[in-house]
Amino acid sequence: MAWWRRKKEALEPDSAKSKNSIPKGLWSKCESCGEITYTDELVANLRVCPVCQHHAPMPTAERIAATVDEGTWQELDQELRSGDPLEFHDQQPYPDRLARAMRSAGPGDAFLSGLGDVDGVPVSVGFFAFEFMGGSMGSVVGEKVTRVFERALETQRPALVLSASGGARMQEGVLSLMQMAKTSAARARLREAKLPYISVVLHPTTGGVAASFAMLGDLVLAEPKALVGFAGPRVIQQTIGQDLPKGFQRAEFLLEHGMVDRIVPRLEMKEQLGTLLRLMMGAPPRPVPPEPEPTDDGEPDGDGEPVAAPS
Amino acid sequence: MSTKVLEFERPIVELEGKIKELKHLSGGSQEMAAEIERLEQKARQLQRERFAKLSPWEQVQLAKHPDRPYTLDYLGEITTDFVELRGDRAFADDPAIVGGLCRLGERVVMVIGHQKGRNTKENLYRNFGMARPEGYRKAQRLMRLAEQFGHPVICFIDTAGAYPGIGAEERGQSEAIASSLELMSVLRVPTLSLVIGEGGSGGALAIGVTDRILMLEHAVYSVISPRGCASILWKDPEAEQAAAKQLRMTALDLKTLGICDEIIPEAVGGAHRGFTQTAAAVAETLTRHLDELFSLSVDALLAARYDKFRRIGHLERA
Ligand SMILES: [Zn+2]
Repeated sequence: MAWWRRKKEALEPDSAKSKNSIPKGLWSKCESCGEITYTDELVANLRVCPVCQHHAPMPTAERIAATVDEGTWQELDQELRSGDPLEFHDQQPYPDRLARAMRSAGPGDAFLSGLGDVDGVPVSVGFFAFEFMGGSMGSVVGEKVTRVFERALETQRPALVLSASGGARMQEGVLSLMQMAKTSAARARLREAKLPYISVVLHPTTGGVAASFAMLGDLVLAEPKALVGFAGPRVIQQTIGQDLPKGFQRAEFLLEHGMVDRIVPRLEMKEQLGTLLRLMMGAPPRPVPPEPEPTDDGEPDGDGEPVAAPS
Repeated sequence: MSTKVLEFERPIVELEGKIKELKHLSGGSQEMAAEIERLEQKARQLQRERFAKLSPWEQVQLAKHPDRPYTLDYLGEITTDFVELRGDRAFADDPAIVGGLCRLGERVVMVIGHQKGRNTKENLYRNFGMARPEGYRKAQRLMRLAEQFGHPVICFIDTAGAYPGIGAEERGQSEAIASSLELMSVLRVPTLSLVIGEGGSGGALAIGVTDRILMLEHAVYSVISPRGCASILWKDPEAEQAAAKQLRMTALDLKTLGICDEIIPEAVGGAHRGFTQTAAAVAETLTRHLDELFSLSVDALLAARYDKFRRIGHLERA
């Protein structure tokens, strides 16, 4: 990451001045090591800190772009909207919370589903949008997840779900709880049809999402340091009344306890997904990309020199 | 007998005390007998009226009543030949979930249920009915066993939730619950679940993906405890009464929401104040539903079960 170091050094001498002059959003500070990165470069690096490899939260649109091959993403189920079946009112009415989430995170609720190619493999795929009410699963999310599995069956494609969720959406009460059963039943049908399902668990995946389809992948992959578990750390701490061990419920802890197959860094995720899907389906390996054609002057480019002298 | 009297139970408990006293004093006098009869009728009336308008919060308290009958109480009352089967064959036996083969009437059934303790010592042993992963893995083992021999599965739900602890997470609490959900969705025998007290979140649903979902009249079923919900959404655990109302978690709510198939009436005053009568209603209802389910082919059974859960949810369209 030498390119990065150089930039940082260049910035240091007048950092005091630049603190006031940097336009907001142009630079990002790493939550983990404090490194300041040019946001465009951080985004290009999939929001992985070039210094400490911290995986910063990734907006869903960027996640989709980083996972699905360019030009192949086809979002479906876009017409689905959450209602307010319980007329739930805590400190504010549920419809108000929904409206605000839609304004800030988009109309797709907390899950985007569709079809696309991942590293050249056509899949039925879905992405949690953590920025929409903490990725919580209500009726719409449960329906969309179910459709990812059902669509995999219909199209005979593997299923892929990338989860990041605080769990069931309380504002839809027991209807949310039952989405755990609905999605797991759909997942079961895919297993019976012997179609692969890979679950990728991102930071954080807890509660009803972890305790249903997210832990039911044929393979479960996790991003580094992602927090994944049934109960949230705070609840556990309150219940047992003692401090939690370091690294508790992080991806590395899950790997050590046999709960995930692999920890895959974000920058390698797409390629590993492609390799694993091809292996599971017994498909041929990824075609080797053609050598880039040298285009410098003097090199043959097809219509220059004749390949053979005229006889 | 009673270890705890809830506030709304107090008037009736006091009246019953008076009746008992009168009976003792009357020494069988004809005159007094009429008066006692009148008081007893009044007590029943009072109870019926009060229990007809319980608030959601009162329902929650009743569902968790320490005198309420638990799984083993029902098994003792309505089944014969119950033989408990234990262990997950991988790590441990979890006493927060009990299970085994028994007979319900003529039929052999596999029963599985959360089991709470009656006192501190029992509760330490039963972990207050809050299961760890090995509890759910034992349940899965017993369900597969039932499937292998073609016996139906009946699950008694009564838990505040799956246990949130370090060991439970280390051993994959979420995976254990998730794989229970998946297994139950494709189990090739008729399945019933009955919420007898608390239906607490994923830890309850883990033995609740069944052909029929039944609830006792004063049982509750929720995505989160009112207290947990209040802490998160109201930022104040003391708002639990408001949360209990908003969560729509009573048996009647679940019936209205299309999740509960049938509510089993309890004795007036609750199952703990009329256990024999309540247990008889339970046995009758379970048997009737099994009879219905056994009339279906396995394929029809599985298709209906899938549809049952597939339909749950409230969707709107843009
Ligand atoms: Zn960093």
